[in-house]
Amino acid sequence: MSTAAHADSHDDHDHKPHGWRRWVYATNHKDIGTMYLVFSGCMFFVGGMFAEGIRAELFKPGMQLFDPQFFNSLTTMHGLVMIFGVIMPSFVGLANWMIPMQVGAPDMALPRLNNFSFWILPFAFTLLLSSFFVPGGAPAGGWTMYPPLTLQTGASFPMLIFSIHLMGASSILGAINVIVTIMNMRAPGMTLLKMPMFVWSWLITAYLLIAVMPVLAGAVTMQLTDHYFGTTFFTAAGGGDPVMFQHIFWFFGHPEVYIMILPAFGIVSEIIPTFSRKPLFGYEAMVYAIASIAFLSFIVWAHHMFTVGMPLAAQLFFMLSTMLIAVPTGVKIFNWAATMWHGSLSFEPPMLFALAFVFLFSIGGFSGLMLAMVPADYQYQDTYFVVAHFHYVLVTGALFGIMAAIYYWLPKWTGHMYDLKLGTWHFWLSTIFVNVLFFPQHFLGLAGMPRRIPDYAVQFTDWNMVSSIGAFGFGLSQFLFLYLIIKCVRGGVRADSRVWEGAHGLEWELTSPPPFHSWSTPPSAAVIAHGAEH
Amino acid sequence: MKFRAQLASIALAALGAAGTLTARADSGWSQLNMTQGVTDISRRIYDLHMAIFWVCVAIGVLVFGVMIWSLIKYRKSRGAVADTTLLHSTRVEVIWTVVPVLILVLMAVPAARTLVAIEDTSKTGLTIKVTGFQWGWRYDYLDDGVGFYSHLDRKSDAARELTSGIDPNTVDHYLLSVDHPLVVPVDTKVRLLITGADVIHSWWVPAFGVKKDAIPGFINEAWFKVDTDKPGLYRGQCAELCGRDHGFMPIVVDVRTKADYAAWLKQEQAAQKPATPPAAAANTAAPAT
Ligand SMILES: [Cu+2]
Repeated sequence: MSTAAHADSHDDHDHKPHGWRRWVYATNHKDIGTMYLVFSGCMFFVGGMFAEGIRAELFKPGMQLFDPQFFNSLTTMHGLVMIFGVIMPSFVGLANWMIPMQVGAPDMALPRLNNFSFWILPFAFTLLLSSFFVPGGAPAGGWTMYPPLTLQTGASFPMLIFSIHLMGASSILGAINVIVTIMNMRAPGMTLLKMPMFVWSWLITAYLLIAVMPVLAGAVTMQLTDHYFGTTFFTAAGGGDPVMFQHIFWFFGHPEVYIMILPAFGIVSEIIPTFSRKPLFGYEAMVYAIASIAFLSFIVWAHHMFTVGMPLAAQLFFMLSTMLIAVPTGVKIFNWAATMWHGSLSFEPPMLFALAFVFLFSIGGFSGLMLAMVPADYQYQDTYFVVAHFHYVLVTGALFGIMAAIYYWLPKWTGHMYDLKLGTWHFWLSTIFVNVLFFPQHFLGLAGMPRRIPDYAVQFTDWNMVSSIGAFGFGLSQFLFLYLIIKCVRGGVRADSRVWEGAHGLEWELTSPPPFHSWSTPPSAAVIAHGAEH
Repeated sequence: MKFRAQLASIALAALGAAGTLTARADSGWSQLNMTQGVTDISRRIYDLHMAIFWVCVAIGVLVFGVMIWSLIKYRKSRGAVADTTLLHSTRVEVIWTVVPVLILVLMAVPAARTLVAIEDTSKTGLTIKVTGFQWGWRYDYLDDGVGFYSHLDRKSDAARELTSGIDPNTVDHYLLSVDHPLVVPVDTKVRLLITGADVIHSWWVPAFGVKKDAIPGFINEAWFKVDTDKPGLYRGQCAELCGRDHGFMPIVVDVRTKADYAAWLKQEQAAQKPATPPAAAANTAAPAT
């Protein structure tokens, strides 16, 4: 079948644009997916550089390297770059590459829109990153952009707001494309409940994106008019309400957390069955769990702001709704564990990263449960305990999910098997250092160290040093990853179409690398049945 | 109830273990856990923290245990053959949905009770207005006509400069001492009315279990009541990013015996008096014109 598809599409190869036109005028889902992934890879090293700067300053007490204002710019820009420049675009890149191949489509539904949604991003980040060079320096009010502090930003203020607008537009367009593709381009016979988990997770993520990115755009626009046009939405002196921004922001911000983790759930749900050589346990429960997490994510936002002084009833509501999220999240973890139960496990790099995801994301989940308890949250709020919590969720969660996906599908994309030994090295170095980096931050937070401070009392020295050493090690380990990917793209042992012994799904029915227009004829029912043994 | 009692005993055992670990040694290595603090509320928070911590540990041991067992037992390299008929089981799926719900309900009850106690700002003995500003705090004793600013102390302020050349380890309580600490009596329910002058700050003293945002245009309420036998200096920091010197606006509370506090208040009132007559005169003169 796949060879037939290849033969049919052979004349399309002639129409493939070459040189720079292939990328600038790109409408092919794989080319655009590659650009998204390369872009987020670049941003990963930029945001990582900011993080290393932060950890270098915090290596020991006393101000060593930076002015406190510049330090605040580093934390702010680190957050913005990692969230909007790394995690989100790399998931969109993975969606671009994989969704058409997994649903049996030739391409994304809206190829030109796809081109546009990618090419917005380099402009958005050029704008954002160049803010380091304007008077007053880069934004320093935190990635959460709380007023009134953010209203004190210098010349970079409008650059911040407009780059957020651009990123939001890019995300919404990407999400529309994902939904339209999934709803309209599935091969005949692939019903919704036969879709791979990665596709499911992205379908729900796309709806979250469309629901909340405009909310963020609205919130920052209100700040823009507060700053330049005399409105006082968030300025108490004019009858405004600075806390309202926090409510609006986190109404975006909490679903945003799940936007950054649901696709990783999907990835892990693909990888664990493959390397357990056993179908995913409780497929339907997994789908419903993702859907209920997505629903709950809209009614928990104020748990980010328990200390602003809310009425007792509101605090109780947000505590209970937050604790409730632990239930569907638990269901997912239990299902992954049950998938491995009585399996036949092997430990190639994608599986290693998926396993690390399950263990370490759970630790982030546990600290999340602790943070949900309002009275205890009063002590944790805005300390390094929170920093540790969300880095376990976003680094060993979202980022490890992305790395697992790259290790899983890279041979499919390039047609070459990568150096498995090097991948295993990268895994162990990353996993050890990431824990050295973030685990001690739990201790620092509980001992009373606030987050977002450039200098600290001397009793926090020891664990900060450990954390910084972990950060340097983790950062250096990523060059190994970069080297591995470049080496794999350039050549290596040819990968067959199945790549992994236990792999199921339509993408494995195509050649490695797949034809330029993935499924130019829809896969037959037999192929779908073969692929969809989840 | 039984479950709660069990939790309490587990927490108590942990408290003993953690207590030895966090014995306020100067070495940072031993600072691993939340402190129990010196108020009833801070201890209740600590117990809650330990209870939920041990619940997480128990769930973690169970779930990680099952996974590690699978990783060891069901390896392909050991000849494990996958049982591909294990697709789902309604029974276990119901169990692992319902049991977490029950655990959460059991945890929510003590949390809600503690929260209700924290929110009870009635019957307070002393009211102090706390104003956060860039970058320091102002304290106003509303009923006693006393007020002052509180800034990072000079030694820390000198040492924290980029090229100061001063080793922070040589500074007493580096970044955690102020020129004028807030002075309060023991065994008195002290009510704080917290607000911000410019941007949002957050008043946090871990030993009291109090963290409340200082928001311009809002007045937030918080309270603490320090144990009779625990006078002393308690330190905290601003906990909400508030600009360049966010890391340099500590909070120090000097908790004194009631007699010492009364003496301090009298002295402070006398010291601040000379400043008041002109202001008072201006006030009385105003209506005449
Ligand atoms: Cu402050």
